[in-house]
Amino acid sequence: MLTILAYAVSILFLLGFGWKIFLYARSPAPLKIPTTPAPVTRAGVIWRLFTEVALFNSLFKGDKWAWAGAMAFHGALVLVAVRHLRYFVDPLPASFHMLQIFGIVAGLVMVAGLGLLFLRRLVIDRVRYISSPADYLILLMLLGLGFSGLLMSFFLRPDIVGIKQALLGMWGSVQGLPAASSPGDVVFLAHLFLALLLFTIFPFSKLMHLGGIFFSPTRNQIDNPREERHVNPWAS
Amino acid sequence: MADVNYEIPEIQDEIETPRLKEGASAHLGPYPAQEKHMAPLGFPAARVEDWQSKGVEKLGELLKKYRSLQVYLDICVKCGACADKCHYYLGTRDPHNMPVQRAELMRGVYRRYFTPAGKLLPGVVRAHDFDEETLKKWVTYFHQCSQCRRCSVFCPYGIDTAEISMAAREIMDSIGVGHKYTTEIVGKVHTIGNNLGIPQPALKGTLEFLEEDMLDTSGHEIRLPLDQPGAEVLLVAPSADFFSEPHIQSLMGYAKVFHQAGISFTISSYASEAANFGMFIGSFDQKRKIAARIAKQARELGVKRLVVGECGHAWRVAYSFWNTLAGPWDFLDPNYPVPQHICEFTYDLYKKGALVFDRDANDDKVVTFHDSCNVARATRMGDRPGGQMMIPRELIRATCNRFVEMDPDTIGEKTFCCGGGGGLLTDELMELRVKGAMPRVTALKRVMEDKEVNFLGLICAICKAQFSKILPIYGIPMETVGGVHQLVSNAIQLGAKRGIV
Ligand code: SF4
Ligand code: SF4
Repeated sequence: MLTILAYAVSILFLLGFGWKIFLYARSPAPLKIPTTPAPVTRAGVIWRLFTEVALFNSLFKGDKWAWAGAMAFHGALVLVAVRHLRYFVDPLPASFHMLQIFGIVAGLVMVAGLGLLFLRRLVIDRVRYISSPADYLILLMLLGLGFSGLLMSFFLRPDIVGIKQALLGMWGSVQGLPAASSPGDVVFLAHLFLALLLFTIFPFSKLMHLGGIFFSPTRNQIDNPREERHVNPWAS
Repeated sequence: MADVNYEIPEIQDEIETPRLKEGASAHLGPYPAQEKHMAPLGFPAARVEDWQSKGVEKLGELLKKYRSLQVYLDICVKCGACADKCHYYLGTRDPHNMPVQRAELMRGVYRRYFTPAGKLLPGVVRAHDFDEETLKKWVTYFHQCSQCRRCSVFCPYGIDTAEISMAAREIMDSIGVGHKYTTEIVGKVHTIGNNLGIPQPALKGTLEFLEEDMLDTSGHEIRLPLDQPGAEVLLVAPSADFFSEPHIQSLMGYAKVFHQAGISFTISSYASEAANFGMFIGSFDQKRKIAARIAKQARELGVKRLVVGECGHAWRVAYSFWNTLAGPWDFLDPNYPVPQHICEFTYDLYKKGALVFDRDANDDKVVTFHDSCNVARATRMGDRPGGQMMIPRELIRATCNRFVEMDPDTIGEKTFCCGGGGGLLTDELMELRVKGAMPRVTALKRVMEDKEVNFLGLICAICKAQFSKILPIYGIPMETVGGVHQLVSNAIQLGAKRGIV
């Protein structure tokens, strides 16, 4: 069952994400609209996008609290994701053991960041006003992922070796996971289901900002309309 | 203070972010366009029968035509970083004037008809039908956006609400729901050649009058030639420069620069308008048709260069779009950028030593500079990023002894709109304009009190018109408002040196 579900989710995610990226890439940019001052060279644009993706440059200008929460969450998420490779890679490279501690600290930072973002939504009247149920649910889902992960790291310690075998086996067999028998297993299953849910809704939600930012014309266009004629593909 | 039936925002020491007030500006809608305004532009004369499906269909069409729209409707995470950045939100407190919430008016419709989540779980993702109530909000709040792009500066993805409000206006026009002011003006450009509807004889008369005036006051024969074939430069100014105060002062400034540099130029009656309201109504087609008039005249008059007068959105269209809309410009002199902003043109001459300024001539003034939103956030001057902020300031410093900056959070890329941009410079929206000007007025008042500023330097026809009208309502004299080339006009030493070679 779980195997089939995992495959279905993976395929849905890859197709959905791919489709969206294709859509973004295919839709034309009729005019030059970079938000200026903007770089006048391609290298400059790459740098601009890097500062946006890695440092959240514009958000920093816009809202320091949101920036702090987002930075904590996304930065930690990257570390946590890397650490999760240990459950999918066999044999494990030695360097992974060094990541262990970072990964666990990152888990804490990630949840703290999410907590801050959640609080903002509740406390600031403007942000409360613009928040839809979906905005809260996505945060709750991520918080659930983080908490269940931390629970396992700190308290419940489910049978990691067994899980790893099961996960590696999951892709190759229809046997799936052993039935939940301990609290650790229940938490693990919850963690896994939330992860599957995350990947399911990803392409159909605002989470697409991950791919979309690279296609934002105000950020990815070179400011050179006088130097180089930009042609509108649907009206040339 | 003027006699008005609404509350004029009280100016504080700092710009304060207000608490929300639901529906605070719901009553401020534009006058609807009538058949005589819509039909000439090829829009339905009145709201079409099946407007709901037609509107949704049009949205689908635009999603395929504009990457900005497709991406921006998808990826907003509703972080709220933009929420307190819009001057209309700060001035009116209406939640729909938070850029993200403005965009949500379209996003809700997008989700409902174009995304699985909105079709399956409209309540959870806040998707809504394109119904009567939604359309009413569209008309209202997409005409409370001056397309100033301030929100896009602070958005982590660069989401530009201006793109969304332009698309919304285009969709509304396509179902016969137009805005009188903007559609009427686009019509005038096509029939007469400019926004103000000044016919050729009247334009000729004005220019001759101004020539005489300059002869009387300066003793120099400074020309303002009209429709002169073979001139070196075609000067494309906003038509307000020919008829409005303080715009005219800048026009005389341009003329003196040309005179002093010894560069021949002409104004064209057929293309006597730099403004391009096609942008405000979001129509690529109209933008292109209006821009084509200028290309046509440039060819017919045989000029070698294009110079654009002081106008913010016009400079955006000219700088960012003309090449796409009406290019290539291969028949013009490749040694100069096409087009050139009048500030670039003058600054360049000044740097080369062709112009001499006497700063003392402006000693009665303590000057500050308002970056126009379109110039600051959608264009460039010179060859380096940020030249659009630097060059006008350099010109002011070259022509005045006393220059002061306003609060750094209100200038440069973070500048606040004057409150009248984006096709909103119309009387029925006066309350919105007054309230939207609050952030700028706050920063201005501060330097007027602390630094004795008494002159607000501008490079935009809309800013000039808006501030001339709005500042007196806030108790600031109208004479505070003026163009950068008005300062040039005062300081330029006629006959001090001739020409560029
Ligand atoms: S800043 Fe951008 S992502 Fe955040 S709410 Fe505004 S438009 Fe959405
Ligand atoms: S473009 Fe300007 S007026 Fe429009 S929503 Fe953004 S900040 Fe407000």
